[in-house]
Amino acid sequence: MNLKSFTFKGGIHPPHYKRYSEKAEIEKAEEPKVVIIPMQQHIGAPCEPIVKVGDKVKVGQKIGEAKAFVSAPVHSSVSGLVKKVSSMDTPTGSGVMCITIESDGLNEIHENVKPKGDIEKLTKEEIIEIVKEAGITGQGGAGFPTHVKLSPPPDKRIDTVILNGAECEPFLTADHRLMLEHPEKVVYGLRALMKAVGVNKGYIGIENNKPDAISAMVKAAEKDSDIEVISLVAKYPQGDEKRLINAATGRVVPSGGLPMDVGVIVNNVGTAYSIANAIQIGMPLVERIVTVTGSAINTPKNLMVKIGTPFKDIIAQCGGFKEAPGKIIMGGPMMGLAQFTDEVPVIKGTSGILVLNEKEAKIPEPNPCIRCGKCVYICPVNLQPLFISQLSLKGQYDDTQRYHVLDCIECGSCSFVCPSKRPLLQSIKVAKKEVLAKRRKAN
Amino acid sequence: MDNRLIASSSPHIRSDETVSRIMLDVIIALLPATLASVYFFKLNAFMLIALSVASAVATEAIFQKARKKPITINDLSAVVTGLLVAFNIPASAPWWIPVIGSAFAIAIVKQFFGGLGHNFMNPALAARAMLLASWPTIMTDWVKPGVDAVTTSTPLAILKGQAEGTLPSLTDMLLGNVGGSLGETSAILLIIGGIYLLYRGVINWRIPFTYIGTVAVIMLAFGGGVENTAYHLLAGGLMLGAFFMATDYSSSPVTRKGQIIFGIGAGLLTAIIRLKGGYPEGVSYSILLMNIVAPLIDKYTSPKVFGEVKQNA
Repeated sequence: MNLKSFTFKGGIHPPHYKRYSEKAEIEKAEEPKVVIIPMQQHIGAPCEPIVKVGDKVKVGQKIGEAKAFVSAPVHSSVSGLVKKVSSMDTPTGSGVMCITIESDGLNEIHENVKPKGDIEKLTKEEIIEIVKEAGITGQGGAGFPTHVKLSPPPDKRIDTVILNGAECEPFLTADHRLMLEHPEKVVYGLRALMKAVGVNKGYIGIENNKPDAISAMVKAAEKDSDIEVISLVAKYPQGDEKRLINAATGRVVPSGGLPMDVGVIVNNVGTAYSIANAIQIGMPLVERIVTVTGSAINTPKNLMVKIGTPFKDIIAQCGGFKEAPGKIIMGGPMMGLAQFTDEVPVIKGTSGILVLNEKEAKIPEPNPCIRCGKCVYICPVNLQPLFISQLSLKGQYDDTQRYHVLDCIECGSCSFVCPSKRPLLQSIKVAKKEVLAKRRKAN
Repeated sequence: MDNRLIASSSPHIRSDETVSRIMLDVIIALLPATLASVYFFKLNAFMLIALSVASAVATEAIFQKARKKPITINDLSAVVTGLLVAFNIPASAPWWIPVIGSAFAIAIVKQFFGGLGHNFMNPALAARAMLLASWPTIMTDWVKPGVDAVTTSTPLAILKGQAEGTLPSLTDMLLGNVGGSLGETSAILLIIGGIYLLYRGVINWRIPFTYIGTVAVIMLAFGGGVENTAYHLLAGGLMLGAFFMATDYSSSPVTRKGQIIFGIGAGLLTAIIRLKGGYPEGVSYSILLMNIVAPLIDKYTSPKVFGEVKQNA
């Protein structure tokens, strides 16, 4: 394979840390005894529970109904009895309504789960409806409901779909393994996405540190002349959708805009895989691939995990902790969310469970800013993190807008490179929150 | 177990680069020139350098102790300042000159303004300016390299016609076998140090290249030919200033465009001072002047944000 690699301006080269798990084939996780399924696993409005304590549910049965447009329904990942409908801790927040189901271990499939037919015969609207009903949300991390992306306002003309297989976060290998082991499903999902928005140009972007995945995808897409696999420079944050669009098409999404503003829709390869399942088998999004990795995990693995399985069950299946855990992170080390406990469940957006040891987890002592300018050179959005951070730490949130604080994509590159270990992104996030809160109040 | 988990905001990993590593790189880069000055100017050079560094480190420690602040001499930044102050002193200077110079650089220029990263001027250059204003004879008492300490003139003073004497050969200029401040004589060793800093990513090409380039262009045009230009580039503190002083993080712009403006500005001022001013050497004052406008340059050279669109008024 000798593809030219594309990229964007700026960015950093953190260590990849992929060797822990990149060779580990996807294994099916053990059947969970109990699953805790949050009613909010996505950006948008939470779902309302439509089952009650004592109900018997089956695999693929809808248990949470999405009432708003920007929302996605939730399905049971096991068959068994509803034990609790209560507020619990989830990876994305505390006090989220969750349905606790005790599995009967039979995995009875719900009668609604049946193949939806050939994509050639399905209409655009039918595909979007299938995606919506299957509760599919972006699986790269943010968890945006996919059917919303597929329904752009009529004035936005979409001409390109890009699948994101960059997986630029260190440690994570779930997308990598998926592309190696199920490339044909990824291509199928991409074709469904292209049909749903009526375009005939599809790209699959993969970082060049995964040459085997690139070959596998090229082979799987051989027959589709309108699908192109593109090699991307292994550089963080290559998988950020605006960086990816820039690398693949040269287009620049305007500040504050969305990919659809330049005619592009971006989805994760994992999302495409779920769409393929939703059409071919009719199974909603009830399981996903999770990379369990990090220095404090005995046997790092890539596991196919049922949504709702508690982190600690998964960690136990990977040989448990090698040493005392210092930090448990959902997602990668650059943008992942640190967890307070290992009792939270896997959700649709859980790309990885990363456990760092106590030494790595220690928050470094910040030193004064020496104005070396490294954060300015690497910011993929051309911000000046040192100045925004300085203002934010002094509480001058309004002034941070002069430095375009809201354009920050929170990739964390600035904090990573800072030789003084300053809390750059951490303080920028605070400023963003304050600025947005003030705007909401004003409206 | 749960109580021991750290739940902090992302990112969760940091690069292994540190401030002390950066400072160590600067010290490594200055080492060849330091050794050369000891070789050329013998024991007195060694004493002046040692006293200068000791004074800088001691002043930092005493100042921070007195203010009940954490003592940060381990970050090595005071060592760098001490070295650079010594580099700016003639080899014949008495022992107390570097002691006062470094103390002034650290206490007044650096710590009074908030310490590391907050000095608005390069501490070593500000110290040089202070010493030159206070003890002009000592600070311009140049000696020939060697043990006998014969008084001599700097090549720039000869070039300018302010002093008698014959210009040394360009090879001697390159190697540093000429009169001048301790560290600014050997252009080649300073360039090697500068290349090391560029290679390590401690500095980037923008300030040094635009600075030296601007001086070269103006000297070629107005300085009297190629040979004079060569003298101008190799003499005085130009290499020292361009690679080690003008690139000082806290007193130079952080934006890419700003650094280019800064380098060109310093080059223009250096050339004007050398050609038209009263001093034979213009590097220190031109950098100090540009230091003062650095915040302003930063303000007006903010990079365009990715995808920035013109707002309709």
